[in-house]
Amino acid sequence: MATLNSKIPDGPLAEKWTNYKAIQKLVNPANKRKLDIIVVGTGLAGASAAASLGELGFNVKAFCYQDSPRRAHSIAAQGGINAAKNYQNDGDSVYRLFYDTIKGGDYRSREANVYRLAEVSNNIIDQCVAQGVPFAREYGGLLDNRSFGGAQVSRTFYARGQTGQQLLLGAYGALSRQIHKGTVKIFTRNEMLDVVLVDGKARGIITRNLISGEIERHAAHAVVIASGGYGNAFFLSTNAMGSNGSAAWQIYKKGSFFANPAFVQIHPTCIPVHGSFQSKLTLMSESLRNDGRIWVPKKQEDAEAIRAGKLKPTDIPEEARDYYLERRYPAFGNLVPRDVASRAAKERCDAGFGVGTGLAVYLDFTDAIQRLGKEVVEARYGNLFQMYEKIVDENPYETPMMIYPAIHYTMGGTWVDYELMTSVPGLYSIGESNFSDHGANRLGASALMQGLADGYFVLPYTIQNYLADEIRTPKISTDLPEFTEAVKNVQDRLYRLMNIKGKQSVDSFHKKFGLLLWDLVGMSRNKEGLQKALKNFKLLKEEFWKDIRIPGEPEEMNPELEKASRVADFIEIGELMARDALNREESCGGHFREEFQTEEGEALRNDKDFMYVAAWEYKGPDKDPVLHKELLKYENIEVKQRNYK
Amino acid sequence: MDLTLKIWRQENARAKGKFVTYQVTDISPDSSFLEMLDVLNQQIIDKLEKPVCFDHDCREGICGACGLYINGRPHGPDSAVTTCQLHMRKFKDGDTIVIEPWRAKPFPIIKDLVADRIAFDKIIHAGGYISVNTGGVPDANAIPIPRNLAEISMDAAACIGCGACVAACKNASAMLFVAAKVSQFAVLPQGKVEASERVKAMVAKMDELGFGSCTNTGACEAECPKEISLSHIARLNREFYTAKIC
Repeated sequence: MATLNSKIPDGPLAEKWTNYKAIQKLVNPANKRKLDIIVVGTGLAGASAAASLGELGFNVKAFCYQDSPRRAHSIAAQGGINAAKNYQNDGDSVYRLFYDTIKGGDYRSREANVYRLAEVSNNIIDQCVAQGVPFAREYGGLLDNRSFGGAQVSRTFYARGQTGQQLLLGAYGALSRQIHKGTVKIFTRNEMLDVVLVDGKARGIITRNLISGEIERHAAHAVVIASGGYGNAFFLSTNAMGSNGSAAWQIYKKGSFFANPAFVQIHPTCIPVHGSFQSKLTLMSESLRNDGRIWVPKKQEDAEAIRAGKLKPTDIPEEARDYYLERRYPAFGNLVPRDVASRAAKERCDAGFGVGTGLAVYLDFTDAIQRLGKEVVEARYGNLFQMYEKIVDENPYETPMMIYPAIHYTMGGTWVDYELMTSVPGLYSIGESNFSDHGANRLGASALMQGLADGYFVLPYTIQNYLADEIRTPKISTDLPEFTEAVKNVQDRLYRLMNIKGKQSVDSFHKKFGLLLWDLVGMSRNKEGLQKALKNFKLLKEEFWKDIRIPGEPEEMNPELEKASRVADFIEIGELMARDALNREESCGGHFREEFQTEEGEALRNDKDFMYVAAWEYKGPDKDPVLHKELLKYENIEVKQRNYK
Repeated sequence: MDLTLKIWRQENARAKGKFVTYQVTDISPDSSFLEMLDVLNQQIIDKLEKPVCFDHDCREGICGACGLYINGRPHGPDSAVTTCQLHMRKFKDGDTIVIEPWRAKPFPIIKDLVADRIAFDKIIHAGGYISVNTGGVPDANAIPIPRNLAEISMDAAACIGCGACVAACKNASAMLFVAAKVSQFAVLPQGKVEASERVKAMVAKMDELGFGSCTNTGACEAECPKEISLSHIARLNREFYTAKIC
């Protein structure tokens, strides 16, 4: 049976990564050419990893379900990327970024991993500037920064409201260069449906060509999963329509442990839900909280009048507004971490002070416009304001924006060790798809940092420590019986789905499941609800496999079949989320159990019993998964109750 | 809103396509264009028929996957939006809407409204980047860049690669797409080192892939969801001539 060995190097925290690199095994250039690596996903983590591995001389095959690697969902990240450059002379350092990330994650992430992340953060900015990423600059020509939630320094680099796009295009450029050179072969509109293990090691994947429906075999000496998070389990989220958890779920079923599935991030500033036809939620960058002030009416009758359309927000005088974040958290104000801001919005709306449909609060720029002038506000947030206006048909320069929390990111994911290897040898997981660095809550502008850290600066080193022992392994043949069996399993599953021929469309089913997941395993959870979820999800799974309707054929472009396969996995992921949330009898970060809160309604951790990573091991379709605990040790940071007051 | 939709249906790349008429009722003016198509597809699935295929992903106007030719205009009647950010309030109750895929030889149709834009990737592969390996680069603040140049670079870099410029152009020219990438790097010191190789390689690839010539009608700029300016084409031309002479 697999055991949890996080392989954290010895030595003082600040020297671990340096020491690791000094003694790790490397592969010489002549041998690199003989080794094949598969990378699944071409977002920040996948594209940067594929490009860097190609540059080193490995043979890389990169896969994405989109029509181009440039469209991976990293592209939608708006606000920025953190780094400990201390260009602002405001007291930042590698240690402070490490400290903020651990604290922001509510003391549920690994010290060594997070310290390494903070260490390489500066290299990322250098790399991106060298690639021509047009970050925002001061008039003197140097890089500009802004502040983000959970930090008291300005360490966030940005490219207008399109930072993710610009960083991804940088990585896509590097990837394109390697494609041109022939070190990377790209497979677009191609979705991984299974991983192939030979003698216990990851040796390839099975994919479906999304144009022809053909099932393909691809072999390699190592497989890297960079397929993002599972936030779309909720149906409504800020993820792209195609974002899915299936690659991570398939490797879970083949022996990779799944860690902390209950840790999902609810982003506080999204455009509220407005109708049942809605297909996704749109995020408004957290950077807006730099200058926008969040409020609801102080009096319930004012909130009711606004909901009935009898009052406008601009009719509410200053003294009748409740700037509840500034009131509750004077030290951080509107810039508290995301989990805190989200819960505070829910608390006000549940208490009857919500605006709009009742599930919305205001984000107001009146003060900022008065203080800075409309031009400055427009320069900072113009494209976000424009996006808001296109969707909602209201002008945020004149009337406050309405926002509400929505599912945005998953901190949980495949369990990996310090080398980013899963519990299956030769199988790696990077970026959002692993659980590694954010604990129970991710700070803003840290997802881009982690994706690029893993892809540019961590994996290209650590993977060599494994591949150095594979230099005598000849090319893996796709004719091996393990491949044939995997193809058969994939085909059987697709035909089984096609042959259900039930009554419910995939979307209608997913909406139903997503709502239940949101109600029971969403922003706030309790024992009774989670038990109900476990029972209901089991029934829903049976219903899905009896009543789903997929038109068309498997041997053609068939988006309904693609979605069905992903939703089948989402139901099982939801089940594991509920199980993990039920097991974790404490509140921490994005995981809020109603039974465990302070008198003031803040999350109440239980460090004595739950200061561990919950890594779940798959045991078979009808068996309960087994929980493995990786105990977290904090040697370089004092564990405290988070306090943003 | 009740609407009549005339949609291009085509079984696969080899099949002959045709317009098929559908009716949708009770569409919310607040829904997006793609959400309206979701409603249509639900109706089609209920009838046990094959839903309409179309590319889409982020549905927030940034990934560049979606792109429909709506009533004769790429991304429809609204300005500066992608199809996913087009809202039904821009139409009237009772309207007939004609929906087609991008029509351009270098973008062959795969199925229904899905066009193959891999040609754009191939142009980037040819040289749409700065050739630096991971690691070994100078400190980010070692090269000060005047703010106005950084802004011009960012204006160009905003391109999402959706292909509306090609679809809008009577010659199916990819000049605005290529110009955006060339411009982004041409104004930055980091990009100047290999500027002439870059522009020559990208233009040669663009021609090889069958994109047409630019006659400066400006249709691309008018339909670009990110409002990429025609002035970048002027810069591309300058870069190209300079590269050819020097």
